Amino acid sequence: MSYFVQRLAQAVPLLLGLLVLNFLLIHAAPGDPIYVLAGQSGDAAYYAEMRAKFGLDRPVLEQLARYLLNILGGDFGYSYAFSQPVFGVVLGRVPATLLLMLAGTGVATLLGIWLGIVAARRAESPIDHLISAATLVGYSMPAFWLGQVLIIVFAAGLGAFPVQGMATARGGYVGLRYVADVLWHLALPALTLGILQLALVTRLTRIALREALAEDFVRTARAKGLASGAILYRHALRNALLPVVTVVGGHIGTLLAGAVLTEIIFAWPGLGRLLYDATLTRDYPLLMAIFLIVSVSVVFANILTDLAYAWLDPRVRYR
Amino acid sequence: MTGSVSKAQAPNHTGGHAIEDHDARHSAGRRGPDDTRFGSIPSRLRSIPAQAGSGHARRGTWDRYRRRRAALLGLALLFGLASVGVLAGLVAPGDPFRSSGAPLQAPSLRHWLGTDDLGRDVFAGVVHGARLSLAVGLVAALTSGIVGTLVGSVAGYRGGITDDVLMRLTELVQVVPRFFLALLVAALFGPGVGAITLLLGLTFWPMTARLLRAQVLALRAQDFVLAAHALGVPDHRILVRHILPNAVPVAVVSTALQVGSAILVEAALSFLGLGDRSVPSWGNMLNGAQPLIRIAWWTAVFPGLAITLAVVAANLVGDGLSAALNPRLQGAGSRE
Repeated sequence: MSYFVQRLAQAVPLLLGLLVLNFLLIHAAPGDPIYVLAGQSGDAAYYAEMRAKFGLDRPVLEQLARYLLNILGGDFGYSYAFSQPVFGVVLGRVPATLLLMLAGTGVATLLGIWLGIVAARRAESPIDHLISAATLVGYSMPAFWLGQVLIIVFAAGLGAFPVQGMATARGGYVGLRYVADVLWHLALPALTLGILQLALVTRLTRIALREALAEDFVRTARAKGLASGAILYRHALRNALLPVVTVVGGHIGTLLAGAVLTEIIFAWPGLGRLLYDATLTRDYPLLMAIFLIVSVSVVFANILTDLAYAWLDPRVRYR
Repeated sequence: MTGSVSKAQAPNHTGGHAIEDHDARHSAGRRGPDDTRFGSIPSRLRSIPAQAGSGHARRGTWDRYRRRRAALLGLALLFGLASVGVLAGLVAPGDPFRSSGAPLQAPSLRHWLGTDDLGRDVFAGVVHGARLSLAVGLVAALTSGIVGTLVGSVAGYRGGITDDVLMRLTELVQVVPRFFLALLVAALFGPGVGAITLLLGLTFWPMTARLLRAQVLALRAQDFVLAAHALGVPDHRILVRHILPNAVPVAVVSTALQVGSAILVEAALSFLGLGDRSVPSWGNMLNGAQPLIRIAWWTAVFPGLAITLAVVAANLVGDGLSAALNPRLQGAGSRE
């Protein structure tokens, strides 16, 4: 419990730092900061109101304080492109992105652990080398390009999976058939988003498992006459999974960035698509809000990762 | 400092990662000998034995490097791509932005990789695009290497408040999602290849800084440094002459591993249309190919292959350097 509190306390200066960075960006941007704070398409009366709200004629420190108070109060500004508060616009897009991320990471992590086990058990065999080479290509290629290749193969060639959107347009499906339809649309985007994670998890599991299998407690287990399956799953794997947890949890930022690109390629109606549209329409309040939300998610994902790690490895808690 | 002891320490985060954050693949949830607060040190980089910076040691490094086939392949690939980029005018003469034939032609003898919707030769674009990608990757990685080395060595050597402040800053930069920051900066300030490169350089350094700090902390306690202190050698001289030469291998490895990541972020930004439009680049080509992929697969496939090849090459070289400069851990994660 104290460990949890301690980690949470460490996050406070980080969050403040992120807010200040955001504030500095607004003021460093060329032109009047009012356009960044209130968007480019407001009228004179609205700008006057926003100037007063953010105190743009006041000293910088007071402006910063007002900015922080507004954000902490959940007020992220108003989106002219959508004619509603930014917060609501963003919130509406979160479920689609979460679904994509959960599907992508979930499948990639399980598959990656399995591939890592396969490679580590047959170390230095042809299959191990093949997996290693594929892993290298997996984390070296742009994931969005994989998405493009998948579209070429499936849309033009095979037609087995849909390549646009989250559900069949005018399909009118309800209940289970709707769920099946969404899953069918989810396959290729999830693969695109998950490829990096798949490659990283495979590589890490392989390395960590090989190290774990060389450790004393594994030798002891072997000397006791334990079956090699039991050694692998009960002793070595639990230890080998620690770095995997770190990578999966520590990669929320990467994953969100990947989601932006994936959503654009597959016209998936999530946060990333929204962000992209916001850059095109120069909807600055929306841009700033998404940046802030992503940053904060990263900080909290890191805390959760630490907690998961501490739970898996009790030695952490007692340091 | 055995593996099982260092494993007991808290997990790390390689922080706010954008798409490019492949460096985190090296973080095996472990820490360096003295790095107790700021996340793990990749196991292969954990502590590189002090070496005299003599020609003899360097020869040993090259001997170890060239024994790995994958590392040599990476070096050859990188060299080949760099040559193509430098000699782009000879390999594919003419302006790659100019139309050189009918639009949307499939690959043929005349247009090896086909043409795009404006009749521009895809081969010429891929060849000229090598310049930008490699330059951005190298410059961004070098910038981050320099900043990381400075921050890490000063923090490790000075300790105390300096260390605290610098490490807080490192943590902050580490959690900023750099892909989103780059996107925001490109949207606010307008796209420009120089600005993007600088931004990448200024966001990639925390990993190097953490590694350097751990290395400097370890070196600071060694006899030859204590002896220099006792002889009254001034601090800055000890740092520059005695500690940094021994910490450089760590910085080299971590810098090399950032090259591929930087290439990937630049490509992603250009793909979104937020890159520099005035320079031929692989990311720009993929951006142009997005509406064409159903009718002209070659416009998307070849620029993407080029990016993949460049990043594979950079990663192979990084892995090779890491193994060559750190012989004690050779084999732990080797990939031949």
